[in-house]
Amino acid sequence: MKYVDEFRNPELTTQLLHELTAATTKPFRVMEVCGTHTMAIFRSGLRAMLPPDIELISGPGCPVCVTSASHIDAFLQMAELPGTQLAVFGDLFRVPGSNGTTLAHARARGAKIDVVYSPMDGLELARQNPAEQVIFPGIGFETTTPGIAATILAARQQNIDNFMVFSTHKTMLPPLMALLGDPALAIDGLLCPGHVSSIIGAAAYQPLAEENHLSCVVGGFEPTDILQALILMARQISEGRAEVENAYTRAVTWEGNARARTMVAKIFEPVDMEWRGLGLIKGSGLAIREEYTQFDAQSRLSITVPESKEPPGCLCGQILKGMTTPPVCPLFGRRCTPGTPIGPCMVSSEGTCSAWFTYGNYSENNLGLNTI
Amino acid sequence: MKNDLSQKTILLDHGSGGLASQELISNLFLKHLGNKVLSALEDSAVMENQPGRLAFTTDSYVVDPIFFPGGDIGTLAVHGTINDLAMRGARPLCLSLGLILEEGLPLADLERIIISIRDASQNSGVPIVTGDTKVVPRGKADKIFINTSGIGMVAEEVEISATRAKAGDKIILSGSMGDHGITIMTRRAGIALAGDLRSDSMALHTMVRNLLAGLPPDSIHTLRDPTRGGVATTLCEIAGSSGLMIEIEESRIPVRVEVRAACEILGLDPLYLANEGKCLALVAPDIADQALALMQSCPEGTEAAIIGTVTSGAAGRVVLKTTIGGTRVITPLHGAPLPRIC
Repeated sequence: MKYVDEFRNPELTTQLLHELTAATTKPFRVMEVCGTHTMAIFRSGLRAMLPPDIELISGPGCPVCVTSASHIDAFLQMAELPGTQLAVFGDLFRVPGSNGTTLAHARARGAKIDVVYSPMDGLELARQNPAEQVIFPGIGFETTTPGIAATILAARQQNIDNFMVFSTHKTMLPPLMALLGDPALAIDGLLCPGHVSSIIGAAAYQPLAEENHLSCVVGGFEPTDILQALILMARQISEGRAEVENAYTRAVTWEGNARARTMVAKIFEPVDMEWRGLGLIKGSGLAIREEYTQFDAQSRLSITVPESKEPPGCLCGQILKGMTTPPVCPLFGRRCTPGTPIGPCMVSSEGTCSAWFTYGNYSENNLGLNTI
Repeated sequence: MKNDLSQKTILLDHGSGGLASQELISNLFLKHLGNKVLSALEDSAVMENQPGRLAFTTDSYVVDPIFFPGGDIGTLAVHGTINDLAMRGARPLCLSLGLILEEGLPLADLERIIISIRDASQNSGVPIVTGDTKVVPRGKADKIFINTSGIGMVAEEVEISATRAKAGDKIILSGSMGDHGITIMTRRAGIALAGDLRSDSMALHTMVRNLLAGLPPDSIHTLRDPTRGGVATTLCEIAGSSGLMIEIEESRIPVRVEVRAACEILGLDPLYLANEGKCLALVAPDIADQALALMQSCPEGTEAAIIGTVTSGAAGRVVLKTTIGGTRVITPLHGAPLPRIC
């Protein structure tokens, strides 16, 4: 398959691994910010092939995982309002709220919840069901937000007034700034998220690189993309440089997608936002502007966002900060599995715990065996 | 207007056992599915004694949408149960057909499904010999649910089961994986993708019969159809039942390019997608090439490939060698496969 197979070429992979080994002159720690990177590294088998001097830790870039329990509680409240219907992304469906209830439970109890593949499908549902209020729980980072903004604009153009978004949209840079300010997180490089970067541009990481003396390399999601990014990073670290480099030029430019950003800015404005595990981060969220308030579920419906309660014993917060790894968590693989997730990092297929469990050979019977 | 079904729908009367039921049976079911045993309309079918041991299986079909490229709920109901019999090496003998219809189902849709059932049954040579129909009020079922049970005969010398896998066995997949699962998922979501995505719904008993006839006795150890949960989950089950390890190679597993592309877009892994016309065969290594050639010579198995090996390594574990030369452990499917956000 074009644009996929050439980036999973085994000979090229071997050659790049040799180059990476040669470029790695001292041990370094990399945070892969994005959940898609975490998954790709496990799924391709790359994790076990990397030079032992490179330590990978996962960051806060899984949109489902960082959705706070209180926001899930708010989604659950909306699902149970009479005359409403929820249109949700599939991987939100099994995320537990404060008391362990999920949207899947709510649907089993009779709430109308449809899994959609795009917010535009939610708008279509609203068009087809004029007597219902269709609510789209907006989650996700810069990659997802332009699609939501476009849907709200389409709703206005088409005069569809029974479609609303409950925005918990987040931006990637504020939590990274907050995390990097913590000296306990000693990382040398940041594998920057390819999808988010296609919108914000590689230039956006420059302050991070400069203020934290951090190598920031934008990487794609195929094995050779990731290896190429790690080679650039290894060379920077060997040479004592801390710069922004782009190893994903077929999708990401230095400036990013200004048109998408303009559209997002037209609909949304920055607000403080609660992140699961990370708490309230200033200016890290996006709320719908007053001009578009008719599409804002939070202001139109009387939904109270309760205070978040994390499941007792769950270490997702520490894992999302890159402070620990899933096997350290007492729940991991025992009470918390992809079939019975307790924390959000186990729910999303892109979550760190789910990736470790699914591809890292952990199960209730063989905890701790990580090599094959 | 006598045969015009286009305006008619299923009413609760059709399940009452009265006149409307009789009409439905005569004008629709017997018209299309009638045979000596079924048309007698007795309370149960009585079959002639057959040599061998009896295989008996049942399955219910609730697929949504009921019509999809490559088949419909009717073809699945026939093929699925025939395949379950074939996977034990049984020669399928006959099927039962239980229908639960939702009030309001267009009669034209029901006839279309019954015609599919007729075609699938005739093409595979396995008759429907007994049946039942119930109608439930609107909203109590989703259009149509079908249950089929099947009886087959297993020859005395044939012993095929997941517990009989042996270290050294080669694993053959009879064709491309994921076609059915991705077709249903994209249809359900109303996602239009370029390319020919279609279900692989197909009966496999003829191919299995040819394999059994063409290979030395006792050389086919295990047969399984990787339906829900896909090839990954089925291999995990076989590894679990046999207490052996399974190693497969990603680059050898046939996946059609349309299916791969759809999976890339939706964030799905074709290893976990359902198949309705494929089987996994675990065969003795010395006849593996012969088995592969036999499969490829059957229309059901033209794209068959050897995808891996059974080993005596860690019991119950399935390991995939990835395209780039890495390895990862394959676990069973948890929950339903859901598309991801980005």
